[in-house]
Amino acid sequence: MTAVGDKKQTLAAAPQRDASKPITMVAAINEALDMALTRDPDVYIFGEDVGVMGGVFRATDGLQARHGVERVFDTPLAEAGIMGLGIGMGLAGLKPVAEMQFAGFLYPALDQIMSHLGRYRHRTRSRFTLPVVVRAPYGGGVHTPEQHADSPEAVIAHVPGVKVVIPSNPQDAKGLLLAAIADPDPVFFFESIKMYRSLKAEVDPGYYTVPIGQARIHRAGDDLTIICYGGMVEVCDRAAEAAAGAGISAEIIDLRTISPLDTATVLESVRKTGRAVIVTEAPRTAGFHSEVAAVIAEEAIDSLLAPVVRVTGFDAPYPPFTAIEDSYRPTPTRVAKAIRRVMEY
Amino acid sequence: MSKTSTEVAASAGTLPAAQAAMAASVLQPAAEGQPEVPMLQFITPQGTLNAGEQPLPDVPLPDPETQLWLYRQMRRIRHFDERAWVLYRQGKMGVFPPYGGMEASQAGTAAALTTQDWLFPTYRDTGAALTYGLPIAQTVAYWRSSPHGWYMPEDLKITPFYIPIATQYPQAVGAALAERKRGTRNVAMAFIGDGGSSEGDFHEGLNFAGALNAPCVFILQNNGWAISVPTAAQTRARDLSRRAEGYGVPGLRVDGNDILAVYAVTKAAVERARGGEGPTLIETVTFRIKPHTVADDPTRYRTDEMTAGWDTKDPVLRLREYLLAQGTLTEEGEAAMLDEISAEFEEAVAAADALPDPTPAEIVDHVFAQPTPQLRAQRAEIMEEDSA
Repeated sequence: MTAVGDKKQTLAAAPQRDASKPITMVAAINEALDMALTRDPDVYIFGEDVGVMGGVFRATDGLQARHGVERVFDTPLAEAGIMGLGIGMGLAGLKPVAEMQFAGFLYPALDQIMSHLGRYRHRTRSRFTLPVVVRAPYGGGVHTPEQHADSPEAVIAHVPGVKVVIPSNPQDAKGLLLAAIADPDPVFFFESIKMYRSLKAEVDPGYYTVPIGQARIHRAGDDLTIICYGGMVEVCDRAAEAAAGAGISAEIIDLRTISPLDTATVLESVRKTGRAVIVTEAPRTAGFHSEVAAVIAEEAIDSLLAPVVRVTGFDAPYPPFTAIEDSYRPTPTRVAKAIRRVMEY
Repeated sequence: MSKTSTEVAASAGTLPAAQAAMAASVLQPAAEGQPEVPMLQFITPQGTLNAGEQPLPDVPLPDPETQLWLYRQMRRIRHFDERAWVLYRQGKMGVFPPYGGMEASQAGTAAALTTQDWLFPTYRDTGAALTYGLPIAQTVAYWRSSPHGWYMPEDLKITPFYIPIATQYPQAVGAALAERKRGTRNVAMAFIGDGGSSEGDFHEGLNFAGALNAPCVFILQNNGWAISVPTAAQTRARDLSRRAEGYGVPGLRVDGNDILAVYAVTKAAVERARGGEGPTLIETVTFRIKPHTVADDPTRYRTDEMTAGWDTKDPVLRLREYLLAQGTLTEEGEAAMLDEISAEFEEAVAAADALPDPTPAEIVDHVFAQPTPQLRAQRAEIMEEDSA
């Protein structure tokens, strides 16, 4: 067991980093967690294999060694229990950061999430609030085994009282995660497995937050608006690049937070371009893309020059079959096809 | 003293043969090869001191002053339970799950806490909540489905009643663990029923508490019924306290209608948790003599035969007999006590009656610390509709 005395030693051992050297998203997440543990004694990190092992994706690598087993600890293998534990710690005023090993494994915790996580402030009229963060790796693209590549963000976004954040790059990931930990309300933080290590970027080594609920214009353009988040931003970027070669100027909005949705940024762009393509890797029916489409239909129909088009996964479970897996997840080619459709309408 | 409605609540009725046969399984003896843990019992159903050998010799009989105090706690929550029925019939209360007959199990456990400890009650545990300190007026408001019942007191660490079954168990572990990490000696107590012990969260909670050495006291009120399903149909296990063994957690069994035994066992478990020695599961063996809720008709699923005998095990009468015989309680003292309890209740109901009706806009309040743009727009939408 680590006593308070150990903490001072561990803080001194926090690593220094060359700010100009690009890092991966998982490294940025690790840095945010490390920083949160250092800054706030109420922050606790727990989940399956997050301790000695540092998590299956190494997001918590080295944190137990630096901050001690009281602050960073392994739990029994039970997701409802992990979620319930986090809710209880949150009730008592701590800031728990729980890890669900994969988003596809969070389903046992849905009772805790839907019945309590988003409801506690409401049903105690703010006597009890839950400053709880739940991190969960999601999505496909890296040939994981069956059931490791789900994208259930719409399920969680449908729960009142829970915010849902999905970063697309290292700089945002760090700032959004620090904002999530500082937030007084529950935040689900979905991390694209594909993006963990597929790109590196310069990340501010200091403490900073990226506001929850604010989308980002990833690429400015005039002819159409592509709305996406998480692992799809990179895919849309490639499609937009190809479209630019054909003289089409695509604006890309990286939502960053899907709940609450930054409708102002979405609508401003769509009113400007008159065309919208929404891209997610989740199944098509009742996905979050459909919510975005509905908001555009309700608020910006007069500006539309073409139907709102969704590019998504399919209404089938994510396939683990290596040879054909890439046909499920939207590709730049499929996004390009949607771009052509709205441009040629 | 005449019988209270609780004592005569056993339902009359006849069941179709097949249902009766199934339901009668509640009367079956323990399955062979499953030894029951002996129950601690200080006071027999006849109101005499149990002279037999006790399974927990280190657990002491509470002193007379505590005995009288516990009697008052039971009387106080019985009064609420009985008045709640009346208010329901008068249209002044919503659907309420009664606990009459289970007062020893509820008051005896909650009385072992201070308000620095956590209490996680289920919807059946209004009695425990009142004993812990939830104000009566607020409790009435809650069961009237008024948002005034949702403003949990800032100075108490009691959660709202848990409606989804068993979810409170892992949460109590979290609250308890937080207390330990902060270096306090505070504990968390969570309630569940026999039916609830079938839920996964019950088992995950016990296992987490054991693995993380959380200062928790888990109360499993075995009242024989999960709405219409008797415990014998709920599980093949005949001794629910033994469920703790699988998680390396002590499981104790107590006569849930003997408040002196319930209190003493709970106090010991609370002290054990305070001392960092870990969680305990306590099965209080009691009986749901009343319907599931005031809107439930138990004649559809159980017969008089199945409830017979429990009225004579009444926890209030049992302690009353004992205290009168000991001279700890007098008829005059009791009458004064009941008058005080009644006055306290009437005053609280008057306070609850005076609470203003909520406005529709309150539906979207208290979702987040800062309302989202969506919630602000929806609030405006509600207010526009409301003023139309």
